[in-house]
Amino acid sequence: MFPWTKKKSLPEFWMNYANHFRTKKKLHLQTTRFVIFDTETTGLHIKNDRILSIGAIGATSQTMNIGDTLELYVKQDVYNPKTAEIHGILKEGSMTRVEEKQAIVFFLEFIKGAILVAHHAAFDISMINTCLKRLSLPKLKNKVLDTGDLFKKTTICPDKNKHYSLDELSAIFNIKKQDRHTAAGDAYITGILFLKIVSHLIQKRHFFIKDLFFRSNRKGLL
Amino acid sequence: MLFEYIDSMKNTIAERVFDFLKDFPPFDCLESKDLEIISRNVTIRYIPKNENVFTTDEEVHDHFYVVKDGAIGIFRNKDKVLVDQCDEGDIFGLRALIRKGHYILNAEAIEESIIYCISSELLENNITINAKANKYLLASFVSNIRNPYAHENIDFLENQVENIQQSKTHFTELHSVSYSKDPVTCLPNVTIKLAAQVMSSKKIGSIIITDAEKPLGIVTDKDLRTKVATGAFSIDDNVDQIMSSPVIAFAKDITVAEAQIAMLQHKISHLCITEDGTANSKLLGILSEHDIVVLQSNTPTVLIKAIERSSTDQELKYIRQGIQELLLGYMQQQIPIPFILKIIAVLNKAVIEKAVLLSLAEMHSPPPVEFTFLALGSQGRNEQLLLTDQDNALIFKDVPEEKYTETKNYFLTLALKINHKLNTIGFEYCPAEMMANNPKWCLSVSQWKQQFHNWITTPDKDQIMLCTIFFDYDFVYGDNSLVKELSESIFESIKNYNIFLNFLGLDALKNPPPLSFFRQFLVESSGEHKDQFDIKSRAIMPLVDAARLLVLSHNFKEHNNTVLRYQKLAQIEPQNKTLYLSCITAFQVLTKFRTLHGLQQNTSGRFIDLKSITKEDKLKLKRCFTAIKEIQQLIQVRFNLSQIL
Repeated sequence: MFPWTKKKSLPEFWMNYANHFRTKKKLHLQTTRFVIFDTETTGLHIKNDRILSIGAIGATSQTMNIGDTLELYVKQDVYNPKTAEIHGILKEGSMTRVEEKQAIVFFLEFIKGAILVAHHAAFDISMINTCLKRLSLPKLKNKVLDTGDLFKKTTICPDKNKHYSLDELSAIFNIKKQDRHTAAGDAYITGILFLKIVSHLIQKRHFFIKDLFFRSNRKGLL
Repeated sequence: MLFEYIDSMKNTIAERVFDFLKDFPPFDCLESKDLEIISRNVTIRYIPKNENVFTTDEEVHDHFYVVKDGAIGIFRNKDKVLVDQCDEGDIFGLRALIRKGHYILNAEAIEESIIYCISSELLENNITINAKANKYLLASFVSNIRNPYAHENIDFLENQVENIQQSKTHFTELHSVSYSKDPVTCLPNVTIKLAAQVMSSKKIGSIIITDAEKPLGIVTDKDLRTKVATGAFSIDDNVDQIMSSPVIAFAKDITVAEAQIAMLQHKISHLCITEDGTANSKLLGILSEHDIVVLQSNTPTVLIKAIERSSTDQELKYIRQGIQELLLGYMQQQIPIPFILKIIAVLNKAVIEKAVLLSLAEMHSPPPVEFTFLALGSQGRNEQLLLTDQDNALIFKDVPEEKYTETKNYFLTLALKINHKLNTIGFEYCPAEMMANNPKWCLSVSQWKQQFHNWITTPDKDQIMLCTIFFDYDFVYGDNSLVKELSESIFESIKNYNIFLNFLGLDALKNPPPLSFFRQFLVESSGEHKDQFDIKSRAIMPLVDAARLLVLSHNFKEHNNTVLRYQKLAQIEPQNKTLYLSCITAFQVLTKFRTLHGLQQNTSGRFIDLKSITKEDKLKLKRCFTAIKEIQQLIQVRFNLSQIL
């Protein structure tokens, strides 16, 4: 269709992933699959730091499906002993690990066609995109929602200019903090947060998927 | 490849689900591989406050639900009456799923809630295949349905209650024996003479031959008599020549019944208690027939004889403690409640009778006229297991007016002695003074008749209470004809003042059963929460009151026992048979619950701290509440009480 794209050189798993975004389907809030995810990294630098683990859960706007989860631990040469204190992942831990490329294959397969949800999503998305770039792949094609932004659409947000951490929002929404600072644990907390925020939003008025993406405050996060 | 990896991958969230579910029935009964599968396939749902999980007549979802956080209220659709409250770990939405029907109730979040949805496929493949889990589900199912007395469910009601109860009590095993520790032992190469000398000096009838602390054999008095004194062996031979070997060994948790059977089977009088229960391990002690006889001294026959022989109230006090121990043993051995009730009632009655006899002996003169001493209340109904207050009364034969004061004084003095003795024995004084030493409760037959006539014809709240207690009497000592005369007169009065039964009905309804349990609280129909449960006034008495009223309305006066009353009712009203039978079950379950609780806490068992009871117990109690509610509804309709209420 567009002969100038590097279509041919892209691997099959990417094509499988990308195919899910070719047709524009009308999305419904009740039926759309969301994937709530979180990454644990060696640090906060997009270029130099690496992903250590990814936790992701499939969801709808009202439920999270434990049967539809992904929990990956990634083999990395880059290692930062300082952040290890936070996430607790050792360089040579006992977890079964996969190569970075393999992790991306699994992750793309898992998120194909879904709307991604993360807390302060820009960081996690950038980490993944940098990772894709290292593998000579394009950026993620998924629509992305940020629970931090979604919260600002609610009437209970006290200050629209503030950045709310996952801990702060957990406190506001009365969410028990379990397995904090593991990718799966944070993804779960983000998931509950997402369900609560969505139910809060749809209570106020009839909500469509596109409403979730409309930003009240267009200043970026990074 | 992805799926292969997913199967083996760590699933932190599923682990958390697993950790949560494993503490709650029925998930606690499941094999961990099944629970793992369930945990990995749960769907999590968030329900904001006041939103519905499902509504009446909605097509059944393919899930049932477990509350993870928050609280879900189950409401009747038509009038929004709260039927049940589910908190963390409670299951709901199961009935419709099993029945494949529509929901008959609304489930609405009382607080914002997170619930786990478990699919019917998981239910079928991983839960109901487990017999214990299935039983729990059926029981919870029965306790939540509208009419648990429908025929198809009656079996659950009667069987499940007992099953679940047995699996959870801490007394699932028979009483284990206490054996003699540090038994006297000797080596096999010791001479018979030396062994006999040791036995004589220690005044024992047996010695164990050991090698490296393991029992090899045993020599008893009988061996010395049959093998040595007869000349078959010399006293200078070694003991191993005459010892009985091998020994019969058991582990230290052997029960009385097992020990008895073993002794009978092997025709022996001593058992060795060893570390692992075989003769190849370290000897811990010895259990003789005598030990067992001592253990069994608290049998009903022994106790009855002791009561007859006793000559002071102090002695009776110790015997009463023996009765308490007997009760404990029976409860531990899971003897059926009706049997326990009967035995304990007979023993209690014998104790009270003896207290009357001892008091009579202390009087300076014999009684001027015939009299009757009656036990009232729970004693009167033969339903007293734990020591509670004493309630009693005294009736004496009519005397000429000029002698009345003198006669009454005699009996008041006698009653004072009896009440005092009963108190010493352990029956505490009744705080409402419903005792024979109260001048109002020590009257001649005519005075009693007059008193009852007044109570019945001008009923008020307090007098109703006095009446109810007097309908449950048991003759303890004296002239039975006086009681008969009185009770006939009472029935005559009731017949003429039928409205009295309505008042009795109102009284029977004054304590509706609680609705359900919620976390550490009892939920009242009004929605109020309480942290303590008065099992006597809220559950047992309503059943007792209902039985009494219904039996009286049929003009039956022979039965003064709740179970017998319901049995009689089931006979004369076959259309309500299932309800009456479920009342009997409920009454027995509640009595057992109260007794176990009382024995554990060493109290009357009346007030139950809700923190101390398990989900299973709550379920069991909840089922009893349903029976109470139904019988109260029947009374309300039958006696037309909704107008008076």
